[in-house]
Amino acid sequence: MSLSRRDFFKVGGVGALAATVAPGTLAQPAAVPAGNAVLNHPATLVAEISGLRVNQPVSFNFPDSGSPCQLLKMGREVPGGVGPDGDIVAYSILCPHMGCPTQYDGEARSFKCGCHFSVFDPEMEGQQVCGQATQNMPRIELNFDTARGTVEAVGVHGLIYGRQANTL
Amino acid sequence: MSQFDDRIPLPPTSAQTTNLTCHFCIVGCGYKVHKWPEHEEGGRAPQDNALGLDFTRQLAPLQACLSPAMVNTIQDNDGSRHHIMIVPDKDCVVNQGQASTRGGMLGHLTYNGKGPSASRLTQPLLYRGANWRESPWENALALYAGLTKKILDEDGPDEIYFNLFDHGGAGGGYENTWGTGKLIFTGLQTQKVRIHNRPAYNSECHATRDMGINELNNSYEDAEVADVLWSIGNNPYETQTNYFLVHWIPNLQGSTVNKKQQWFPGETVGRGRAIFVDPRRTTSIAIAEQAAGAENVLHLAINPGTDTALFNGLLTYVAEQGWLDSEFIAQRTNGYEQALSANRLSLEDCSELTGVPVAQLIQAAEWSYKPKASGHMPRTMHAYEKGIIWGNDNYRIQSSLVNLVLATGNVGGRRGAGVVRMGGHQEGYVRPPFPGGRPAPYVDGEIIAGRGKILTTWACDAFRSTHNAQNYRAAVIRRANIVREAIDQARGASTAELIDIIYDAVTTKGGLFVVSIDIYPKPFGEAGHMMLPATVPGEMNLTSMNGERRMRLSEKFMDAPGSAQPDCMIAADIANALKALYAQDGNSAMAARFAGFEWSSEEDAFMDGFNRNENELVTYERLRALGNNGVQLPVTGLENGLLVGTEVTYTERFDTEDGRAKFQPSPWNGLLAEAQQQKDKYPFWINNGRVNELWQTLYNDEHVEFRTSRWPMTLVEIGSEDAQRLGINSGDVVELFNDYGATQGMAHVEPTIKPGQVFMQTMGRNGVMGDLATTAVDQNILPYYKGTWADVRRVGDMGLSRTVTSKRRHFV
Ligand code: SF4
Ligand code: FES
Repeated sequence: MSLSRRDFFKVGGVGALAATVAPGTLAQPAAVPAGNAVLNHPATLVAEISGLRVNQPVSFNFPDSGSPCQLLKMGREVPGGVGPDGDIVAYSILCPHMGCPTQYDGEARSFKCGCHFSVFDPEMEGQQVCGQATQNMPRIELNFDTARGTVEAVGVHGLIYGRQANTL
Repeated sequence: MSQFDDRIPLPPTSAQTTNLTCHFCIVGCGYKVHKWPEHEEGGRAPQDNALGLDFTRQLAPLQACLSPAMVNTIQDNDGSRHHIMIVPDKDCVVNQGQASTRGGMLGHLTYNGKGPSASRLTQPLLYRGANWRESPWENALALYAGLTKKILDEDGPDEIYFNLFDHGGAGGGYENTWGTGKLIFTGLQTQKVRIHNRPAYNSECHATRDMGINELNNSYEDAEVADVLWSIGNNPYETQTNYFLVHWIPNLQGSTVNKKQQWFPGETVGRGRAIFVDPRRTTSIAIAEQAAGAENVLHLAINPGTDTALFNGLLTYVAEQGWLDSEFIAQRTNGYEQALSANRLSLEDCSELTGVPVAQLIQAAEWSYKPKASGHMPRTMHAYEKGIIWGNDNYRIQSSLVNLVLATGNVGGRRGAGVVRMGGHQEGYVRPPFPGGRPAPYVDGEIIAGRGKILTTWACDAFRSTHNAQNYRAAVIRRANIVREAIDQARGASTAELIDIIYDAVTTKGGLFVVSIDIYPKPFGEAGHMMLPATVPGEMNLTSMNGERRMRLSEKFMDAPGSAQPDCMIAADIANALKALYAQDGNSAMAARFAGFEWSSEEDAFMDGFNRNENELVTYERLRALGNNGVQLPVTGLENGLLVGTEVTYTERFDTEDGRAKFQPSPWNGLLAEAQQQKDKYPFWINNGRVNELWQTLYNDEHVEFRTSRWPMTLVEIGSEDAQRLGINSGDVVELFNDYGATQGMAHVEPTIKPGQVFMQTMGRNGVMGDLATTAVDQNILPYYKGTWADVRRVGDMGLSRTVTSKRRHFV
């Protein structure tokens, strides 16, 4: 494969955007392609806040179907939290160590990975509490739409396990 | 680190690939270093990248261990720029493709002048004019060698002091232990040397060695096939991570039963069990319970410092039950009866002293020593670390443990057994004999008492790793300042004049000239007068062995920063400078003492040291051929040109004159006096140990944002009741204090910590557990670091809980 990464993102990135963004969310089709420093993530509707329960994870995929994530309403304001209470956060649930799916433990209010026993804190931006990863849990950037009462995923902070870049 | 945290460059198939052994903990995991030109990049298709992984789609779990921390961009001396990626090696039998959070940082830590590496020492620095100045090596060496020679000539070697690494891995290895050892023991011939983490030049395993058993006597595979794994004063998840995860956990999960059946036909086998001896419930215990089921894990939560009583009680009990390996005792040991009668302790007394219920003691003995259904003795591996090594009378505890192991035949070639230290660093020791006796001089005490004129601290940091540390630190700083004041007055002095000025300050004014040879400036060096830049593995070739004596060549893949040099080459430079000075004087006898350092690279130091003194078959070329799997020492020969090693030692003879192991009487003797005094005065036992995410003295970690954001301050775990009573919340700053010193840390409330106990991270940055550690030592001057008592008070809240998690670190 001789396509450089720059070309790949120009081609693949714009293609992905056109294919998956819901009509109406993109105000003006970009006449000039964006720079390459920020990956293009398709904004994805994740939840309506009226349906969220405190400490109950909601599963979704982002930025594509290969990447499982979970959203949590913590019930108290937390760093990076969105929504009226500043308490809604979301993470890629693939353990940043070696990619096993982490489980949310509602009692400990932590994500835990059964493969090598890493523990992460959703109330502290996915900070590794104890474990073998070299980054915190990748955090899904969320937008809260006050008018509609919806939460959409718009970006990722950190590298999702098992990828060269967050966008395939 | 990649400039982006959401993508990484992939190595093209044309990338250069070399082997690197993780230079942090003793496990010595194998890594591959991929290096390729900065303008190139591998493709996402599996055939287009050197990892052979398919990045066109989401990888399945466990297919890779890869993160942005594993990549970096570096520049070699010729100006060429490269990406590098340092990933765990799937073909390495030690880690089998897994990285721990420490080794996973190797790429991020690679020198490029940015990030953590921006803090590296790159040129010699000299304290002059109330400032640090860069200096050519020549100038620094002239001062160092000139002053050393003057002291040697006027006062003799006993005024020349060293704080010296003796391990493998970073800041160690066979090349560097040899280079420094040859300079210090053959050339200077001083005995005023202490080892990196303790106040004298001694072994942490004198007892087991005196009994004829070196402390590393089995293979990691033995942990896969043991019936019972003892973990004594040892927290393997956080300190020997991949040994625990890759070799212990599968046994505890029952997934090595097939292997056991193959290895031991006709013998009852099953899922492994674990017994932990530790006053604290550690993260490892929680994980072992998760893996094996709580019913297969025993936690003997002994009273601090009572290990000797525990092993003596168990020895007495197994002797009463007849669960002994009588044939082994008769054929391969001496002194069983004497040891048993000296150490005899009833189960009731043992329980009373240790605080472990009799039923648990019996359970532990039945699991470990009672013949199995098939009639075979259980295969029981006894692993220990700092709980014993830094425990209440190292020599005595170790003797008691090894007695129990010998009585039950669990060492000496039996698979699934062994009595092994788990270890901190890798090992890599080859030196001429130490010119002092045993016990060796108590070097830190002498520094405090005002003795010594020059102190070189070599790849270690005694400010954070000695006992009575506050008093030691204060003495070094006070004495170094005397020299600083003299240097401040020496405006425009030549090197020769400066040597006289410094000599006067250290001779008539009580000063101490302090030199640090290291990779970062550290508070110890910064208090002194000269800092010389050294290298890490990857910037030099380096050999070490891991906890199963597996020796590898960790290959150089990049140039060292600035003018930094391997430690062995710095030693050679110093020796050669001294040799030249003595030759100028026409003193050929002294010049000859510094001869034999005509090395052009670390490989010459390896050949002069390991190859000539340990085993002439072992060369770089032969090690390179064995890659990350290397060879387990001792090497016994060559087969088809490949080195052949040894999986388990002492299959026939132990390390004694008659080849028989020795039992040693070691009756229970209570707490060491200085520790007992603090116990009588202060309410909290101050336990201490490592924290998974942090390595050693934090020399790298304190420069890594991922670490400092999680651990901005030394961890102090305190139980819920005590915390509530003292008004302490997680994230609060707390002070700990006793008669020896005062220090501080960040509180973390952990409900399983017992009342009256706290656990403090050892060797922290500004919170130093050693500040509280008493001067209690065993007969060989091994400190009882694990046992001091102090009081705790809340200092206040500086907002740490806004950025640091307060969640429990335990998996369950
Ligand atoms: S377990 Fe030890 S040797 Fe292995 S990667 Fe971690 S720190 Fe390095
Ligand atoms: S994959 Fe989660 S801890 Fe290793």
